[in-house]
Amino acid sequence: MALTVLTVDDSRTMRDMLKHSLIAAGFRVLQAEDGIDGLDVLKRETADVIVTDVNMPRLDGFGFIEALRRDAEKRMTPILVLTTEADPDKKSRAKAAGATGWIIKPFDPAKLVDAIRRVSA
Amino acid sequence: MTADPMAEIREVFFQECEDQISELEMGLLRMEIGQGDAETVNAVFRAVHSIKGGAGIFALDTLVRFAHGFETCLDRVRSGRLAIDPAGMALLLRSADALTDLVRAARNGEGAQDARAQALATELERLAAKGDAKPPSAPTLPRAAPASSPLRTWIIRFTPKAALYAHANETALLLRELSRLGTAEVEIDSSALPDLTEMDPEDAYLSWTVTLATHHDAATLRAVFDFVEDDCDLDIFERPDFAFQDWDNTAAAESAPQPMPAAAIETLPPHPVEAMAAQAESAGTVGATIRVDLDRVDRMIDLVGELVITEAMVSQRVLEAGLARTSAIAMALEELEALTREIQDSVMAIRAQPVRAVFQRIPRLVRELAAQTGKQVRLVTEGEGTEVDKTVIERIADPLTHMIRNAIDHGLESPEARIAAGKPAEGLVRLVALHRSGRIIIEVSDNGAGINRARVRQKAIDHGLINTDAPLTDDEIDNLIFLPGFSTASAVSDISGRGVGMDVVRRAVQAMGGRISIASKPGQGSTFTLSLPLTLAVLDGMVVKTADQTLIVPLASVLETLRPDGADIHPLDNRTAVLALRGGYVPIIDIADVLEFGSRIGQPEQGVALLVESEGGGRAILLVDEIQGQRQVVIKSIEANYRAVYGIAAATVMGDGHVALILDVDTIVSATRESSRLEAPRSLSQVF
Repeated sequence: MALTVLTVDDSRTMRDMLKHSLIAAGFRVLQAEDGIDGLDVLKRETADVIVTDVNMPRLDGFGFIEALRRDAEKRMTPILVLTTEADPDKKSRAKAAGATGWIIKPFDPAKLVDAIRRVSA
Repeated sequence: MTADPMAEIREVFFQECEDQISELEMGLLRMEIGQGDAETVNAVFRAVHSIKGGAGIFALDTLVRFAHGFETCLDRVRSGRLAIDPAGMALLLRSADALTDLVRAARNGEGAQDARAQALATELERLAAKGDAKPPSAPTLPRAAPASSPLRTWIIRFTPKAALYAHANETALLLRELSRLGTAEVEIDSSALPDLTEMDPEDAYLSWTVTLATHHDAATLRAVFDFVEDDCDLDIFERPDFAFQDWDNTAAAESAPQPMPAAAIETLPPHPVEAMAAQAESAGTVGATIRVDLDRVDRMIDLVGELVITEAMVSQRVLEAGLARTSAIAMALEELEALTREIQDSVMAIRAQPVRAVFQRIPRLVRELAAQTGKQVRLVTEGEGTEVDKTVIERIADPLTHMIRNAIDHGLESPEARIAAGKPAEGLVRLVALHRSGRIIIEVSDNGAGINRARVRQKAIDHGLINTDAPLTDDEIDNLIFLPGFSTASAVSDISGRGVGMDVVRRAVQAMGGRISIASKPGQGSTFTLSLPLTLAVLDGMVVKTADQTLIVPLASVLETLRPDGADIHPLDNRTAVLALRGGYVPIIDIADVLEFGSRIGQPEQGVALLVESEGGGRAILLVDEIQGQRQVVIKSIEANYRAVYGIAAATVMGDGHVALILDVDTIVSATRESSRLEAPRSLSQVF
């Protein structure tokens, strides 16, 4: 059974890129455009791993993660944050919000897949 | 569409870049006029950030570097560390222009103008430095793969904290990861585990010691714990082979349990997610959208066009079969007709877009023109949300650009001249879009000197466009600028002199079924008004018959219809005549004659006169035999299916399956006018 990955990013380029890389690696992919949309998708579907951007309209990555961590069902879902630089400040904020790990953009598809495998059973 | 997924994503990236650039420009303009709230600045930042992110995927290094500097600057603004003064604002705007150019260059695979971007990047860096002493860090490039090294044995002591689990990390996965790097032996220390009754299920009580034989170095091993380094106690060191046993015992003894903090997750402040969602919904700013290939929409419009025709044909047949209007089938047909109309409107609405897409390019144009001419220009735009068919939008971009050029180059005076005339040094150009009676109106106005009529008249005489003593009204003089080959700039300037005159603008507008007119007041400025149909796919037409031919006259050009009184018709010679109408004279154009259909049946007074208004040619009477009705017709290009025909704009298929031609009123009227003004005794068929 393929792992389901939810990607949350307001950039369609990034979503397409993630989808392409993840499908090629054998994952099933769900997509959302921002935090609100992500929460919406998760009301209908279950994701094994979530990959989210930080900077998004309506509800950003931090808020999205915090919301999930308050949810009894989703608090144990691994969440990887996409960040552009290895910004220590952003990483620690993501951590504080409850992120499991991060992926540095521009991502290398192999590293992305690797990171997802690392945090998923 | 190409089969290469990367090429497709690349295309998506560039499409998205266009949207981001629009966001960026809109946001910056809002900031410029002091309306840049936090969300605007955020949106501007996000736009640049997204472009950079995408560019990174496709290794567009120049773009990434420039976007990075730009983003750094915007980040300082966003965080309130940097206040933007007008000079800084101008720099941001120019940077947006440069970013647009870099995106375009990247899309076309061209080399970017590195020098300009570089100069701006340096300025941006300087600006950013005001907000932060520390220089922007370079974008991180992917790390190089580690070189292989000899087999070594490492000891990894690992004690997770509760936060590690709260972040959905998992010890088992970390151990699995380690074991992939080499041969691992894992020992667990459960000495800190309390009695079941005292155990907090969310706390962490266990610690592990892994002995790993691997070729990887310590950095790679640490990288496994990247995500959890703050959420655990971690110790990694190389095993001194000789002391292994001793050390192992000590290590186990030393790995005392840590006092555990409460799970981080419980202490988080509540996040107003629901409130935000509700706010977003009530604001109505975000609607679900999809991107659809334009070809599909056009195919659908085409099909709906066929549906309209087919429906009309069925109605006609039913009518011919002599069925009563109240019969079930006729009533069902009526319903079908209403539905068909609705479908048509809905499909047309898909193609409708706000004129914003075109208006957004204008501020940049104005900045460039102001810089080139040394004039001070303020641009005011209104009605950007006004919707019109996408094709219309695409086709008004060029005429509009030229009108703006014209307004700044010819309309506005230099700051010195303005001050001398008692006006503010800064000139105003207004660009307005609005809907009026089923058409879209676009106005370009300036508060410059207005049209210099004496000069226009002289030019027209010099160019042999009018006679020296031609009696022209102010209006007619103003309209001379639309004549081919007319240019008021004594020297061909850099800006307007690009081989495009107002005549080309007029022709482009007319080709869309539009009209352009001008109103000018000396010393106060000029206003150019474009009136365009909302869609180019259908047309409300008047069905007329002349010399046994069915023709369609665009309803938009028909002012009124009348039956001419023989006494009001004054022949000028054996071919031309005028009609006395409410104290004035209007030329009569016999359509059958102009289009060479042969003679019209009967005398003029037995026909029907359509008073039409054309752009450039003024009013005229079109004489036909009878009016059959009004209907919406689907426009079929005659040029694409046959060839361009003089006096005919397009064709359509009627309910009975016959083809009817749609008249090009403007061409017919202005050609008749011009031939009579020049007093050339030629028929139109000779002129063209």
